[in-house]
Amino acid sequence: MELILSLGIGVLTGSGVWLLLRPRTFQVIVGLSLLSYAVNLFIFSTGGLRTGAAPILEGGRAGTLAMHADPVPQALVLTAIVIGFATTALFLVLLLAARGLTGTDHVDGKESGR
Amino acid sequence: MSGWMDHLTIAPIIVPLLAGAVMMLIDERQRTLKAAIGMASALALLGLAILALTVADSGVGVVRVYRLGNWPANFGIVLVLDRFAALMLVLTGILGVAALTFSLPRWQKAGAHFHPLFQFQLMGLNGAFLTGDLFNLFVFFEIMLAASYGLALHGSGLARVRAGLHYVAINLSASLLFLIGVSMIYGVSGTLNMADLAGRVASLASEDRGLLEAGAAILGLAFLIKAGMWPLGFWLPNTYSTLGSASAAIVSILSKVGIYAVLRLWLLVFGEGAGASSGFGGTVLLIGGLLTIGFGCIAVLATQNMARLAGATVLVSSGTLLAAIGAGQMAVTGGVLFYLTSSVMAVAGFFLLIELVERGRGVGADVLAVTREAFGEGDDEDADDGAGGGGAGVPIPATMAILGIGFMSSALLLAGLPPLSGFLAKFAILSPLLAAGPEVPVTTWILLAALVLSGLATVVAMTRVGIDAFWASPAAEVPRVRVAEIAPVLLLLALNLALTIQAGPAMRYMEDTARALHAPQDYNGAVLSGIPTAGPTAGGAR
Repeated sequence: MELILSLGIGVLTGSGVWLLLRPRTFQVIVGLSLLSYAVNLFIFSTGGLRTGAAPILEGGRAGTLAMHADPVPQALVLTAIVIGFATTALFLVLLLAARGLTGTDHVDGKESGR
Repeated sequence: MSGWMDHLTIAPIIVPLLAGAVMMLIDERQRTLKAAIGMASALALLGLAILALTVADSGVGVVRVYRLGNWPANFGIVLVLDRFAALMLVLTGILGVAALTFSLPRWQKAGAHFHPLFQFQLMGLNGAFLTGDLFNLFVFFEIMLAASYGLALHGSGLARVRAGLHYVAINLSASLLFLIGVSMIYGVSGTLNMADLAGRVASLASEDRGLLEAGAAILGLAFLIKAGMWPLGFWLPNTYSTLGSASAAIVSILSKVGIYAVLRLWLLVFGEGAGASSGFGGTVLLIGGLLTIGFGCIAVLATQNMARLAGATVLVSSGTLLAAIGAGQMAVTGGVLFYLTSSVMAVAGFFLLIELVERGRGVGADVLAVTREAFGEGDDEDADDGAGGGGAGVPIPATMAILGIGFMSSALLLAGLPPLSGFLAKFAILSPLLAAGPEVPVTTWILLAALVLSGLATVVAMTRVGIDAFWASPAAEVPRVRVAEIAPVLLLLALNLALTIQAGPAMRYMEDTARALHAPQDYNGAVLSGIPTAGPTAGGAR
């Protein structure tokens, strides 16, 4: 479980960083989205990973605190998703405005000379 | 919780939130009404901030804690008002009033939703200064940034959109770093509350310490991107120079929010009580600050455009603050706070001044000047005794004289030359460093040289630009400046003058603040009071 999650976060981060450094605005926004997925998974993983556990209580047993998943990272991840979504939408608008004003989708607003 | 005074701590967040929300409901054409609400809110914020300052300064170690929902600090959300937070609230209040006044004649009309965005900007800033836990710091950072994206793009235009694209992309990446840092710290320590975290750092197992420090370093990166430390600050002059001046004046405090976060968290978490982690990262701050000063000086000298020059001076002041913080001495921190206060107001005033000066030099200004000369208008102001050019030269119009005096004062403030508070601030940083002991370390001499040379570079650059703007452009039209536009500039300069004259009481406040920052027992004690000390619920829920 840890291995799969770490690999997932790693692949998302790697792709995200690569795309973030590309010259097209669309690649940048996809890269930022991938990075934010990776970060959300990372936050989620700080609560500790378990497989096959009951969400809150197991049938027929008195619940203890040790059986609960840590709720704080889940709350954090939810907030981070909402904020990330809003800022990505804002960036998308800006991207379209830049495309309209400059006539190119290069991040610097002009094609680099070849 | 009873009585209105208890809610003083949350009021600086609630007031702009309500004002901004109400404005969203009002039709965009009702600009006067919106401006009135915005101005009332900004003035109320300034009043609240001054009240908060007097409350925070009313005794030794007064820290007011506001628990939302009355949960203990390790479970709930807390807002904390202490001297440092109150100081930053007052600065935000002053900038808010100044920038909003400046925007009233022209700038508010440049695009939609200026006033709500402005209120949300103030709300995010106040929240970031007041919050007591890391995740809310993130949330308020995002509110502040989202509003600043709007303000950065206010007025639209090619240059603004192009620079805004970079600004947003960089800050989104920085926010992701912020999240990684926060969650790493939470994963290791099991708490998000700053005071709680400070208590747990010393007792961490040695195998966890590396993770915590890595988390803190990543978190620090996010703050240092805001502050514009050397390898992370290339975006800053470019973005700030394209901002509209009213936006720039308020957004310029964002770089100081990065400084605020570094100073607060670093001294709290990695202060003397942090055991093996004590002083972690101080060298990075010192060296990074010095490099930032160096880069800022080069940027200051390399530019001839006034707006970029102002952006570069922001870099210099960030570098000065970071290097001085990195020195990590209590006596220096007092000077750091004084410098912060002085430079926030000076930079904001300079940003406002730039637009007024540049206004007379716009495209087509020469043509207009010719027609005006032909029709004999605008000469009546020339009779004023603005400057001593009465004899052979062309007399300088009163407007230009006022702008020139403002420009000169800004130059003195930003460069840190004697009569004004910029000099006192630099002196307050350097004097305790040199007096620290018989052996003055090499880094102190380097810092001394960097501060003096950065002042020199600023003077050279500002003189050059000033000569170009005020003396060597006879064809330039006298800029048409409204009272509401020059008043905020003069207000900010007057406040700096007041800071110079009242340097004694101000410095006493700064030193008290520094003492509280370096010995955060009062802060920690106030935040953590009322927490059950033992029992299964109090431990970190890992």
